[in-house]
Amino acid sequence: MSVVEDISRTQSDQNVVSDVVIRFAGDSGDGMQLTGNNFTEATALYGNDLATFPDFPAEIRAPAGATFGVSAFQIYFGSEDVTTAGDDVDVLVAMNPAALITNLKDLVKGGVVVVDSDAFTDKNLVRAGYKGNPLEDGSLDAYRLISIEITKQVVEAVKPYGLTHKFAVRCKNMWTLGLMMWLFDRSRDATISGLRKKFASKPEIADANVAALNAGHAYGETAELPTGVDIYRVPRADVPPGLYRNTTGSDALAYGLLAGGQLAGLPIVFASYPITPASSLLHTLSANKQFDVVTFQAEDEIAAACAAVGASFAGSLGVTSSSGPGISLKGETISLACATELPLVIVNTQRGGPSTGLPTKTEQSDLNQALFGRHADTTLPVIAAATSADCFDMAIEAVRIATRFMTPVILLSDGYLANASEPWQVPDFSDYEPFPVSFETSTEGFTPARRDPETLARVWAKPGTPGLEHRIGGIEKDYDSGDISYEPENHQKMTDVRKAKIDGIAKFIPEQTVDQGNDSGKLVVVGWGSTYGAIRQGVKRARAEGLDVSHVHVRYMWPLPANLGDLLARFDKVLIPEMNTGQFVEVIRSRFMIDARRLNKVSGQPFKIREIQKAIKEQLEEK
Amino acid sequence: MNAPQTVPQKLTLKDFSSDQEVRWCPGCGDYAILKTIQKLMPELDVPKENMVFISGIGCSSRFPYYMETYGFHTIHGRAPAIASGVKLANPELDVWVITGDGDGLSIGGNHLMHALRRNINLQILMFNNEIYGLTKGQYSPTSKVGTRSPSTPDGSVDLPLRPCTFALGVGARFVARSIDTEAKQMTPVLERAHEHQGASFVEIYQNCPVYNDGIFDYIKDKKNAANTRLMLEHGQPLLFGEDNQLGIRLDPKSLKLEVVTLGENGIGLDDILVHDETSKVKAQMLADLAAPDFPEPIGVLYCNPADSYEMDVYAQRDQVRSKTGAPADINALLRGGHTWTVE
Repeated sequence: MSVVEDISRTQSDQNVVSDVVIRFAGDSGDGMQLTGNNFTEATALYGNDLATFPDFPAEIRAPAGATFGVSAFQIYFGSEDVTTAGDDVDVLVAMNPAALITNLKDLVKGGVVVVDSDAFTDKNLVRAGYKGNPLEDGSLDAYRLISIEITKQVVEAVKPYGLTHKFAVRCKNMWTLGLMMWLFDRSRDATISGLRKKFASKPEIADANVAALNAGHAYGETAELPTGVDIYRVPRADVPPGLYRNTTGSDALAYGLLAGGQLAGLPIVFASYPITPASSLLHTLSANKQFDVVTFQAEDEIAAACAAVGASFAGSLGVTSSSGPGISLKGETISLACATELPLVIVNTQRGGPSTGLPTKTEQSDLNQALFGRHADTTLPVIAAATSADCFDMAIEAVRIATRFMTPVILLSDGYLANASEPWQVPDFSDYEPFPVSFETSTEGFTPARRDPETLARVWAKPGTPGLEHRIGGIEKDYDSGDISYEPENHQKMTDVRKAKIDGIAKFIPEQTVDQGNDSGKLVVVGWGSTYGAIRQGVKRARAEGLDVSHVHVRYMWPLPANLGDLLARFDKVLIPEMNTGQFVEVIRSRFMIDARRLNKVSGQPFKIREIQKAIKEQLEEK
Repeated sequence: MNAPQTVPQKLTLKDFSSDQEVRWCPGCGDYAILKTIQKLMPELDVPKENMVFISGIGCSSRFPYYMETYGFHTIHGRAPAIASGVKLANPELDVWVITGDGDGLSIGGNHLMHALRRNINLQILMFNNEIYGLTKGQYSPTSKVGTRSPSTPDGSVDLPLRPCTFALGVGARFVARSIDTEAKQMTPVLERAHEHQGASFVEIYQNCPVYNDGIFDYIKDKKNAANTRLMLEHGQPLLFGEDNQLGIRLDPKSLKLEVVTLGENGIGLDDILVHDETSKVKAQMLADLAAPDFPEPIGVLYCNPADSYEMDVYAQRDQVRSKTGAPADINALLRGGHTWTVE
């Protein structure tokens, strides 16, 4: 938004703006994600705080020019605390009419729109649903239009490298990136070295891409841009000193699992089945075999969960991962892990549902499934990561809880966290407290049913240990001996102890803290999962306006932190925004008998800051 | 990876019998199989603590409870998947999967298929009684057409599958067949299955005295066994009958197997097909032989070893590690790629 203000305000060659939202949009084959990632990297290196939101279609290569094939990448960067990908778009890069028509609604009036006029052919216009050409009919008068024959420019720029027309045109994204890097004063160095590395075996492709990047940049420098747009400067953000990197939630989660394995002193067997948007976890772990991890692409979701349970039985930590529909299939196996009291980590990267739903979009609608979605009394710990970087710590927590309490643990992530990248102050792993697992080795009075009196965790005796041969299984077991038992009193006792064990975990997790604001007052906004960024900013802005509102963000979804009920009771009102129809709000209402209010959104898109702000105001104004 | 292992003292059948009361119906074929396996275990060169029995759900799947080894009675159809995880976690373990025709070929058909084609080093024993016993007698995917059961009171209409044919079809590299009460024959087959690197599949004809009694009488009956069993021995001609006067010949025109009589129509020993365990084509033809037109093959139909899956997984990991160098460092991982420092 600030870009727009500055465009009208100043004629100086240095427009200073505090924050900008750019969205790159094009065909799914136009390389928009790559463009966005490169811009992100340059922005991080520049020193802005940032957040990104890749938004791509489920179709891998939709027909060229189709609206359902538009792939977009949004980045919000600025000189202040940035925790969401931004509400409104200041600068829209639209590589074709379909990208323009599907994204224009998010561009602020007066915003900058950069288009490749070569792509605005009659055929593409019709396919996108335009009656006329928006570049010519005045319908974009409310915006700052920068219409450039990008394709022609690119083809010219890469001519010396002898590429076919098809490959030459593919350099369009780099040309556009070069222009945007000029506009926002980013360095091209990281992109250039990245291109050289990526195309090491095809130097002519690398040369062509670099030439396109430089040509786009040079175009900005020399061309008289019709709208008088000039370089914008976004001052460096005031972020805590330290070493930083960008991470997606998916990578951070994978690293967290590896870290958790080391802290527990356990090898990990990660068994999974491909599903969007969870597969990247399998990819990352498969590419890190130098760690004590074995990855297994199973034949289906059930087999993946089963292999993980088998691995845990054998003395590794079994981890399985999926998205909602796949977690449904794993349900019976998770219950087996509950019954046999084996550690297991289940990662659910949630997506829009039900059924296939919106596989590439984000949602938080699997909370009920995580809490209740199994047969019988199979309560288990559920935790949720709040940010991409937080995925690292929560993955470690999942490993800690699973191994300490001999239980399956569900770790909730979602499509937004998995794909969105944010700067991460890289932690020092030596600061993390190890939680080594001790396997049973003593034959003295051994039974597989023996429990730790404090945690109620069952003993873990792994095959290969002499003298501890024993059988476990899904049939109810005797409380003392672990042998099969159908006794009525015993089943009551076993059900009770399984529940008590999980409930008792509340004593071993951190107390709930207040993220922002006072620990009592008129209103508290309670969030969980990836709504963190939007709630944080919404509450921050509301507080800046002098409103009495606090932010509490829950990471331990079950059992809930022991002090949560008391904390929430100190507020007049509780508001719970969720990307579902109201799942956590029901938990809070039934658990604490609190009249918690709901704010729900299931459009496949994250909350906007202003939606949170608006809801805060409504709650505070309501009598 | 493992706790210290002990070389087993000479153990006996008793050392492999758990203290659990065996709860199969009187006369169940499973008793005989259990005894044969308990007797075999001390003969295998494996520390007892490394033996693991994993099963799904069904009568046969109660098996692990009765073995004084590590055991896991899991969920319906999933034993091969769970066993795969066990083997991936610790390839040193000697893992046996006990399954049945419903467990392994109906609800768990997918897992069985993939465990076999991946060639994970498991011994998979399928007790085939052509019926669902534990759920009280419904027909199974191996039941013959016309099987009357509570769910098919007028007789089943769907075509059954043949376990050995299935196993060969999905790429199993060790396929054998045995009979529940034939300990003498079963023991060496199980030894071979155990020796085999990779997934081995053994179908065991098993009588269910309650819901499907006598379906294997044609082949179990000692008096008629010579005519109904085709005892397989690698490199030997496929002969059967009281005096080995009958043989199996490949009809070159139809490319089908046929029963011939030695000495009749100029048939000599040279005409008889010689059993070759390494021939997949021959194994598939043998697996399809069915009574009453043919004797049914008993023994090792196919044995053609290859590297097992978990061996290759670990070999690949070693290869990667030889390049990256150990030990793997989380801090280095977190600091890989682009980083920047904020002063």
